[in-house]
Amino acid sequence: MRVALMVTCINDALYPSTGQAVVRLLRRLGVEVEFPQAQTCCGQPMVNTGYLDEAVPVLRTFVDAFAGYDAVVTPSGSCAGSARHQHSIVAVRSGDEALQEAVAEIAPKVYELSEFLVDVLGVTDVGAYYPHRVTYHPTCHSLRMLGVGDRPQRLLEAVRGIRLVGLPGADECCGFGGTFAVKNADTSIAMGADKARHIRGTGAEIVVAGDNSCLTHIGGVLSRQRSGVRTVHLAEILASTEEVTR
Amino acid sequence: MTDARSEILARVREALAGSTVDPVETSAPREVHPVANPELVDLFAERVADYRAVVERCSAEDLEDRIAAALPTGQVIVPPGLSIRIPDAIVDDGTLTAARLDLIAAVVTEARVGIAETGTIVLDHTPDQGRRAISLVPDTHICVVREDQVVADVPDAIALLDPSRPQTWISGPSATSDIELDRVEGVHGPRTLHVLITPPRDVIS
Amino acid sequence: MTGTFVGMPVFPEAAREALADSQLRHNLAHATSTIRAKRAKVVAEVPDWEELRLAGAAVKERALLDLETQLVRLEETLTANGATVHWARDAAEANAIVAGIAKAHAATEVVKVKSMVTQEIGLNEALAEEGIAAWETDLAELIVQLGDDLPSHILVPAIHRNRAEIRDIFRSKMGAAGRPAPDDLTDEPAVLAAAAREHLREKFLRAKVGVSGANFAVAETGTLVVVESEGNGRMCLTLPDVLVSVVGIEKVVARWEDLDPMLRLLPRSSTGERMNPYTSMWSGIAPGDGPQEVHVVLLDNGRTRALADEVGRQALRCIRCSACLNVCPVYERTGGHAYGSVYPGPIGAILNPLLKGVGHDDQIDSLPYASSLCGACFEVCPVRIDIPSVLVDQRAQVVDAHRGGVPKPEAMAMKGAAYVLKRSRRLSALERLTGLGMRFARRFGPTAWTGARDLPDAPGESFRDWWQRTDGGRKDDA
Repeated sequence: MRVALMVTCINDALYPSTGQAVVRLLRRLGVEVEFPQAQTCCGQPMVNTGYLDEAVPVLRTFVDAFAGYDAVVTPSGSCAGSARHQHSIVAVRSGDEALQEAVAEIAPKVYELSEFLVDVLGVTDVGAYYPHRVTYHPTCHSLRMLGVGDRPQRLLEAVRGIRLVGLPGADECCGFGGTFAVKNADTSIAMGADKARHIRGTGAEIVVAGDNSCLTHIGGVLSRQRSGVRTVHLAEILASTEEVTR
Repeated sequence: MTDARSEILARVREALAGSTVDPVETSAPREVHPVANPELVDLFAERVADYRAVVERCSAEDLEDRIAAALPTGQVIVPPGLSIRIPDAIVDDGTLTAARLDLIAAVVTEARVGIAETGTIVLDHTPDQGRRAISLVPDTHICVVREDQVVADVPDAIALLDPSRPQTWISGPSATSDIELDRVEGVHGPRTLHVLITPPRDVIS
Repeated sequence: MTGTFVGMPVFPEAAREALADSQLRHNLAHATSTIRAKRAKVVAEVPDWEELRLAGAAVKERALLDLETQLVRLEETLTANGATVHWARDAAEANAIVAGIAKAHAATEVVKVKSMVTQEIGLNEALAEEGIAAWETDLAELIVQLGDDLPSHILVPAIHRNRAEIRDIFRSKMGAAGRPAPDDLTDEPAVLAAAAREHLREKFLRAKVGVSGANFAVAETGTLVVVESEGNGRMCLTLPDVLVSVVGIEKVVARWEDLDPMLRLLPRSSTGERMNPYTSMWSGIAPGDGPQEVHVVLLDNGRTRALADEVGRQALRCIRCSACLNVCPVYERTGGHAYGSVYPGPIGAILNPLLKGVGHDDQIDSLPYASSLCGACFEVCPVRIDIPSVLVDQRAQVVDAHRGGVPKPEAMAMKGAAYVLKRSRRLSALERLTGLGMRFARRFGPTAWTGARDLPDAPGESFRDWWQRTDGGRKDDA
């Protein structure tokens, strides 16, 4: 099975440790991922802001990078959702039938990390060790666009040493929403503040999620509040072992 | 200038031109329940009571006494075709004005169908139930539902009802949740709904 | 007189004002969380809820895709049942028809059932100009009308008011509109509801003309349906001699049995009840029972524009339950006024642009962006309107409507991004500047981002640089 890592533009630029964790984790599970160098971005920032024409060249780059793989795995529910549900819209807009065919071929092979682990590799215990008090925030796109369900929780529950604490109002949006965070900054921040309040109320040291974009927003609010709560991507917890605890 | 009707219909036609989507034929899920199911009557009684209506079950012989006991002081109006005898009641002849009906304390009616799942009583305003105004303006509504009128759920009721008749579906007394989502019973409709559930008419007990 | 939404600011500005009102935030959070919990409880009781949603969506979709036939059929059956059918292309036409009917009966007042469509067309204001008083009789609408306020929710338009505010409105305003509130009025909801009962009773008993909307209109049988709770609807639909119902053309369903999924879906999604207290159905005139003169005004007012939008068309399935408002994290914090329309919340964010068109009004153009695209609205919608997808499509329409002129900074940024993201080499070069950008943003903030949020520390090297340097971590990772 040829597996490509779609690291996502935000992880590439801001959170390389998340991409590294995916590589380490999958290697431990016997999967050597490839990193197609041509990849850039899924185009979601353009699509969700309404710039469909601008998303077309980005989609072409995506399709060129990921064609021919058996699976594309990504540590982002949002970007997986974009590839699975939005690329067809952009492809139709382009009027290019070859692009539409390429999208139809690749889209079903794109997996968010927890889906790939549970559904494709068939594991929930990935042999991780993480001795911290952790609360999990299910991001909206992983929850509702992809329907990952309780896969991330099942993976986290199998981690040794972890103390998982429930998050009140867990399935409510953190307020990130891509350009929403800037275009409607006041509302976004009000939502983020409530999410942060719930997180602090759990007494957790760490808030974990499957999307670094949401965690950037949540972490930004928590940091401004001097809360001391850290944000960590799911991949990094799952990649941690006794030898490498962070 | 075209008239509004032609123009709207033309706009509809134009809006849907080239629309290739076929309408989906999906019917609503429906559970099949045995008829005359005593559990349905129990559920109906429980669900009506959930809305804070008064619910009583009684035999055919006790019915008139129970109604008498439930009636408030003041005048009572009954529809012309009510099959139950209510002493001293005004039999509606369709002439009383709304203002006059407002002076009447209670109304006694029968019903067309009871819906167990939702605790709903449907009136279709035949002569045993009367015109809509008489079961609306008086503050107490006593409604007699026969056990064999109770059906399982909304689709069963829809199948029984005659769309050409006016209908009032009643689920508990009048209520509002408009102030802070706090439910308050009793606004404009009858503030007391008293439901009496009795065996079918043809059953001799 | 109720105010109007004319001249409202764009959503982010209106939202900022609402967010600063802590009383409003508190009222909204309480109300939406209460109703969310009620809905969740009664929906969980229905084992085949998802199937029911599919059936509800199909009922509406079938009627919409066959709308011309269904409307003509509805007109035929209504007419056969003794009703008079009118057609109105827009608000002005509809208002003129209603005013004309009231005037023909020399009515100086009408009693109204709560109806979204008559708010949409500004009927009360139009009737007032003709010297006809339109009395709202739903408790929440009464609160809004007496308070000279604007509705902020589809189901509970006075959701932004708490009991103390309502008591003050009743005390100060009821007297001018009719029977005054009693002197000993408290802020208990039951006491306030009783005051509304007394105030409205005289209006119901003397009214000659009633005005309603309709939740559903059955083409096959010429039946109109009004779903309500308080009994004010029954009063308006039963006691007056004349009844006028303004019905949006999207309210039509084809068959009598189509009411089944709808009547199971609507109350559970809306008030969180198994069934609402009262549902009234009437098929034209019933001799000797209720109004003996019945009018139905079939209204377009932008609906055919929405129908022509292949993605947005599904918004016409909406049955105005307001479940999407109650789960929306944006609505919960901003309230309904920020949307600048009688249709607020997620459905309003798509319905207003669909009905009115984009590209000519900044307020309308701001609505598709009033969402984090979290998808909670789609999840609860009883007729499965994929609101997030329509929002994204509407955003594209807003952007397309503004192409060609002087590009906005955002458009320049998107073009720039598309250029960079076309080639990974370009992205790679830009990534090396990330740290610089972050330091710049931190130093020269506050920006929209850094006003209340910190930025993460930029890493020393990008993932792609790490991969190349270490051969994907196989070489020494130092």
